[in-house]
Amino acid sequence: MGPRLKLFLPLILFALLAITLFRGLGLDPNELPSALIDRPLPAFTLPALGQTQMLSAADLTGQPALLNVWATWCVSCRVEHPYLKQLAQQGIPIFGLNYKDDDSAAQRWLEELGDPYRFNIADREGTLGLDMGVYGAPETYLLDARGVVRYRHVGVVDEKVWQMFLEPLYLELSKGNGVP
Amino acid sequence: MIPEIGHFALIIALCLALILALVPAWGAWRGNSVAMALAPGLAVGLLVFVGISFSCLSSAFLQDDFSVKLVASHSNSLLPSVYKFAAVWGNHEGSLLLWALILSLWTAAVALFSSQLPLLVLSRVLSVMGAVALGFLSFSLITSNPFTRLLPAAPADGSDLNPLLQDPGLIIHPPLLYMGYVGFSVAFAFAIAALLGGRLDASWARWSRPWTNIAWAFLTLGIMLGSWWAYYELGWGGWWFWDPVENASFMPWLAGTALIHSLAATEKRGLFKSWTVLLAIFTFSLSLLGTFLVRSGVLTSVHAFATDPARGMFILVFLAVVVGGSLTLYAFRAPAVSSRVSFGWVSRESLLLCNNVVFLVATLTVLFGTLFPLIVDALGLGKVSVGPPYFNAVFVPLMALLVPLMGLGPVSRWKRDAVERWRGELAIPAVVAVLCGITLPLLHAPYNIWVALAVLLSSWLVLGLARDLWQRLRSASSPGQGLARLTPGYCGMLIAHLGFAACVVGIVATSQYSVEHDLKMSPGDSRALAGYEFHFVEVVQVRGPNFVADEARFEVTRDGVLVASLSPQKRRYSASGSVMTEAAIDPDLFRDLYVAMGEPVGSSGAWAIRLHFKPLVRWMWLGAILMALGAFTAALDKRYRRHREAVHSSSEAVLRGT
Repeated sequence: MGPRLKLFLPLILFALLAITLFRGLGLDPNELPSALIDRPLPAFTLPALGQTQMLSAADLTGQPALLNVWATWCVSCRVEHPYLKQLAQQGIPIFGLNYKDDDSAAQRWLEELGDPYRFNIADREGTLGLDMGVYGAPETYLLDARGVVRYRHVGVVDEKVWQMFLEPLYLELSKGNGVP
Repeated sequence: MIPEIGHFALIIALCLALILALVPAWGAWRGNSVAMALAPGLAVGLLVFVGISFSCLSSAFLQDDFSVKLVASHSNSLLPSVYKFAAVWGNHEGSLLLWALILSLWTAAVALFSSQLPLLVLSRVLSVMGAVALGFLSFSLITSNPFTRLLPAAPADGSDLNPLLQDPGLIIHPPLLYMGYVGFSVAFAFAIAALLGGRLDASWARWSRPWTNIAWAFLTLGIMLGSWWAYYELGWGGWWFWDPVENASFMPWLAGTALIHSLAATEKRGLFKSWTVLLAIFTFSLSLLGTFLVRSGVLTSVHAFATDPARGMFILVFLAVVVGGSLTLYAFRAPAVSSRVSFGWVSRESLLLCNNVVFLVATLTVLFGTLFPLIVDALGLGKVSVGPPYFNAVFVPLMALLVPLMGLGPVSRWKRDAVERWRGELAIPAVVAVLCGITLPLLHAPYNIWVALAVLLSSWLVLGLARDLWQRLRSASSPGQGLARLTPGYCGMLIAHLGFAACVVGIVATSQYSVEHDLKMSPGDSRALAGYEFHFVEVVQVRGPNFVADEARFEVTRDGVLVASLSPQKRRYSASGSVMTEAAIDPDLFRDLYVAMGEPVGSSGAWAIRLHFKPLVRWMWLGAILMALGAFTAALDKRYRRHREAVHSSSEAVLRGT
């Protein structure tokens, strides 16, 4: 390499970096692919939070709904909680998956902060979470009327996330009566 | 009305930046001294208008003008005034304005304090800085206008500043950090001006040095404050996380450290010219890259601002223009022939070269580690994250390699030195350092080999400095006269290297010796930790200006004597409903005691409590303060001013001759 050509090396390296950054702009680091997309929830039999009744995957079917993974030990869950209540008030069905949590703490949380959930699955040991591949609370899954996972969001659901990703898909699912 | 004035002032500032970027540069090209002479005035005008704009935004925050969108979403009427002011830069738009303000501050400083600089050089430097300001001001105005109104539907109250940011450390952390980041634009501008002028000589390095030192000192302080803030505010006692945003500030620091040392070789010996220019470009590019990473949303981080792809695109284009443009200029204009100055393998030059290699490898390591997840994602290979193990695995050996050479640096001579001389000079320090390394860690059981190594290396460094200082004082007729003869440049080096040694000891000791316990404790419980007894006395409810908190009262005793009363809090902020942990710390030069509250456990009044014992953790931050102090001291060196005058008269002659 001639001495002058060598001086172009930094420029070439930078060009490669810029291309990578450009590709990176189109990607969302929060968007984790889920092995569950377009597949039904794994089978489970778990108690409902605060009740003796047992729940299974069939209890989540019937209409498109959100399944929100939360816990009292999760600070971000507290951040997203008010927005979930707002969604519940708009009539969006939300089921809760209380993940690796203490039942009494979870019930106190709902009494204190309000309860946006139709009901909560008490996943004390985190077995269902493990089967679903939960990455960390909070996570929110969009289910269609047959209980098939259509979308997964990792992190806090706020107005922006709802309007950009969840709502369009939710409306589409509702229009077709939840079955495409 | 005030926000509109601010908006308008920002637009005027943009126009001034445009003129500054074009007219003096044109003047320098065509030899039009009238156009060139406009530069300092324009630079000051830029500062005035960005300053007006910033004051207007601050006043909107201080007066709770919730019709301004930024105020409504980042402030609250209950927020204490000082945090209302800090909220100005606790968000993307405002912090960008702060960035522009600091950039114009540096630009005006260059204009005012460089009256001795040849006009040709000054106008080029200011033009380059004007171009950078143009980029940031248009970024602000086009994608992130801080003055957007929420009219007519102005909310009655704001949704509060993120509680994590409601902290004294965070009031000054961003301004200091930006002073550092942006300060490197001066070194960058000097490098570009030198490339444009085609004259890369010792005077160019001499002009850049004080500016680079000051920027580096601010960056050091900014990083230190960020680490200190994370330590007491995040509630888990960590002080460095290798988070992408931390890395974004650490990369310019590493490259800047290399630049400072490389500039020394260029100034004193006329060596590494092309290399130093490249480093100056590289350092500022890393500052810009940091901005891109934080504000574009390509990486996840606890620090990241609300992101927007349009903003990411703007910065990427800006980055491409600035970095791509300057590297193209570099490729065409940098001297391709290596300097004819020669030096022996055993010399200060080769030690500085080693410093540069170590710091460059460190920078590239962090850069690679930070971007690796992005590269893998961009190639469609999945999602990965690079954690502390990677960074630690690279950093520990690099620093272990650096410090032995650092001990030699101050003692070594330019051009050609002899190993025999080093042996004579440093035999005693080496022996004493080994003794220190073996004996000092005995003070703390159990014996730890890593701490022993850190003490050995640091004492080698400190003793080498002491030896050199002693030699200098001895050669003078009296110690007083010897002290008076020490230059600020030398004292600065001494202080900064001393700080580095303290930092190394602090980091290693606190990593190796820290004890932490996560416990379930009820009021009345006692736990022993590292010889201290922690008594949980009670939990009380306290009320702050904009939060309510559960406050635990702890009494810490050692051998029955009360050492400290600690009151950690669990705060709930009223406006946002978010919950924050406020750790309580008893600081001491040799150890910190740290208590943080987790969540309540069960209904019996028990809490999850985290107790820490952190030896020598303060040394790390004190070391960083010393490093910054050293850099400031070195920048005071009279040599920089004196030489400027000499150059001034000679270049005047040149100008008159043309």
